[in-house]
Amino acid sequence: MQYSEKIRDHFLHPRNAGELKDATVIGEAGSLATGDAFRLYLRINSQDVIEEARFQAFGSPTAIATSSALTEMIKGKHVDEAVRLSTRDIAAYLDGVPQERMHAPVMGMEALEDAYAKYRRLETLDEDGQSARIVCRCFNVSHGRIERAIRDHHLSTIAEVTHHTKAGGDCNSCHADIENLLARARAERARAAEEDRIRTARENARKAQPAGGIPDLQRAALIQEVLDREVRPGLAMDGGDMELVSVEGATVRVKLSGHCVSCSSSTATMRYFVEDKLRELVDPAIEVIDITEHGQELHAPPMR
Amino acid sequence: MADLLYFDNNATTPLAPEARAALEPFLGELVGNPSSAHNAGGRILHAVEKAREQVALMLGCETGEIIFNSGGTEGLNTAIENALDALPTRKQIIISKVEHSAVSNVVRPLARKGYRITEINVDRFGRLDLAQLNHEVGHETALIATLWANNETGVVAPVAEIGDMAKRAGAMFVVDAVQCPGKLKLDMRAQAAIDYLAVSGHKFHALPGTGALFVRKGTPYRPLIRGGNQERGRRAGTENVPGIVSMGAAARCINEHLEADIKRQTELRDMLQSGLLAKLDNVIVNGDEQSRLCNTLNVGFEFVEAEAILLMLDAAGVAASSGSACESGSLETSHVLRAMGVPFTAIHGSVRFSLSRYTTAAEVGALVDHTVKIVRRLRELSPFGREKPAPKKPADLETHKAYFATT
Repeated sequence: MQYSEKIRDHFLHPRNAGELKDATVIGEAGSLATGDAFRLYLRINSQDVIEEARFQAFGSPTAIATSSALTEMIKGKHVDEAVRLSTRDIAAYLDGVPQERMHAPVMGMEALEDAYAKYRRLETLDEDGQSARIVCRCFNVSHGRIERAIRDHHLSTIAEVTHHTKAGGDCNSCHADIENLLARARAERARAAEEDRIRTARENARKAQPAGGIPDLQRAALIQEVLDREVRPGLAMDGGDMELVSVEGATVRVKLSGHCVSCSSSTATMRYFVEDKLRELVDPAIEVIDITEHGQELHAPPMR
Repeated sequence: MADLLYFDNNATTPLAPEARAALEPFLGELVGNPSSAHNAGGRILHAVEKAREQVALMLGCETGEIIFNSGGTEGLNTAIENALDALPTRKQIIISKVEHSAVSNVVRPLARKGYRITEINVDRFGRLDLAQLNHEVGHETALIATLWANNETGVVAPVAEIGDMAKRAGAMFVVDAVQCPGKLKLDMRAQAAIDYLAVSGHKFHALPGTGALFVRKGTPYRPLIRGGNQERGRRAGTENVPGIVSMGAAARCINEHLEADIKRQTELRDMLQSGLLAKLDNVIVNGDEQSRLCNTLNVGFEFVEAEAILLMLDAAGVAASSGSACESGSLETSHVLRAMGVPFTAIHGSVRFSLSRYTTAAEVGALVDHTVKIVRRLRELSPFGREKPAPKKPADLETHKAYFATT
């Protein structure tokens, strides 16, 4: 394992090591069984500023170096500021942490968050049931911790998840669970990227128009895109469809077809659902008018 | 690097001065392909055959039973493939749970080709479960492949008994003896059940990239690497002459000094073990102390982590390792120690110290001092380090019981 000089230095000459007798709060993460554990002692003054930080750590050189670095980084900081540090900040402070050892900074942040939660008398982050569920039993890694690592570091493979959390590093039996979390994160990212794209397009369209909002043609194209992506696939599953009839300023006229026409619950619900989507993604001023002539196709939905 | 304290000889060994002296002429002065007809080639061929004699002497076999190759991994790949080819209708392979990857990673994928792979358990001391082996082996067994001495713990397997079981079932027997030369008497005439046995030069003070495979006379054999007629058609490719010559010289050292070397290494290893155990609490020796290589000490320091120990040792100029060098860098704890059921308090803190014939008492003393200092330092850092030591003496146990009885 090739370590940076900073990691070697903090490992061989750890700063702020040892117990702090008059600690205001103690944060903990990891365990003996998993091979890494970290105890963080903080003395916090009445202005919520961390006056003194000390640590005890068990584990790899990176775990010890991370603990040492973290105490240096948070000393003198306001607790709210300290808890906003990220594992990337720790890695950067140490001039890089080997991929395979990224779980050490993750554990450091967990101990800090634990201390913060105790100080603020908050529930710890993993108390909501689902996220506390253990996925990797070899290293005792929770659902929530894996999800957060995937999100924070844009992880896309099981190997990367193992490097950041240790999960899946030993018996491999949780690889399917990790793959599910990765797939969910991928879908989430794709959706976010798509929404970003539409939002950017909307912004650009706004900028291009000096006054009076988006030109109707561009607006219509955007609305059509939102309908195609967000609305019509859902309707198609029930044998229905929605057509964009016209866009005049903020007034959008749509027409339902197929099963939607005969479905009594559809019309009002649909209108509000579509309106919300368009307001969110295109223009908050939009109003949707449903011009379907209900009753016409009542007995004869088209075969699909 | 004169000051380096080298305690990683199970990973690789320094070149013996005798081996260096023997191979030097082949790095310039002496040129020629052993297969060539001219006189120069003939001289080289003579050197290769001299080396073969020494290696055969070391293994207690005929020169005709030695095939020079690139090392242990090639030898084991060749042996396993040949053993399976010899008994094509049998579809079971037996190995142990503590094999080196040069065997386990060759054998396990064969499950996809219809083989049933059986992995025999070991006990807390790393001893093979012979009852399980006896139960598993049968007329379906094509091959038993096992380490003679474990690379991580040094535990020596009862090769004669395993060989008996293999022969009674009519199965082939492949032995990975890579850790053995210079630490154990090898005698293929006495161990008549062994069909193939692999050794590697760099583990006994020869150059890396050179090894030998013993194939018992009369055992089916087909080369794994095909081409020219080298090694009497059994291993193609121009001979690694400097490597082979160095291995011959290294084997000669072993043939001349084996008993003294074993005695000396045993004394120093025991000195290391007792030094560490005397000065540190909560230290576990991993592996069967009754049947262990003379040069190996695998020791678990509870409540500290091995990589941290190793990096601090490295900073102090000491080279040692945890588990197998071939696996370092991965997160997995040692498969050998896991199979043995080493407690989790110690499995993360297990370190292997391996000596050689060149290790001195002064070096062992310095190693003990460094290690004790480092483990104490890390335990000071550790949130678990100051926890009460586990009760050791029966008296303590009674106090403990009394305590729990009253609460």
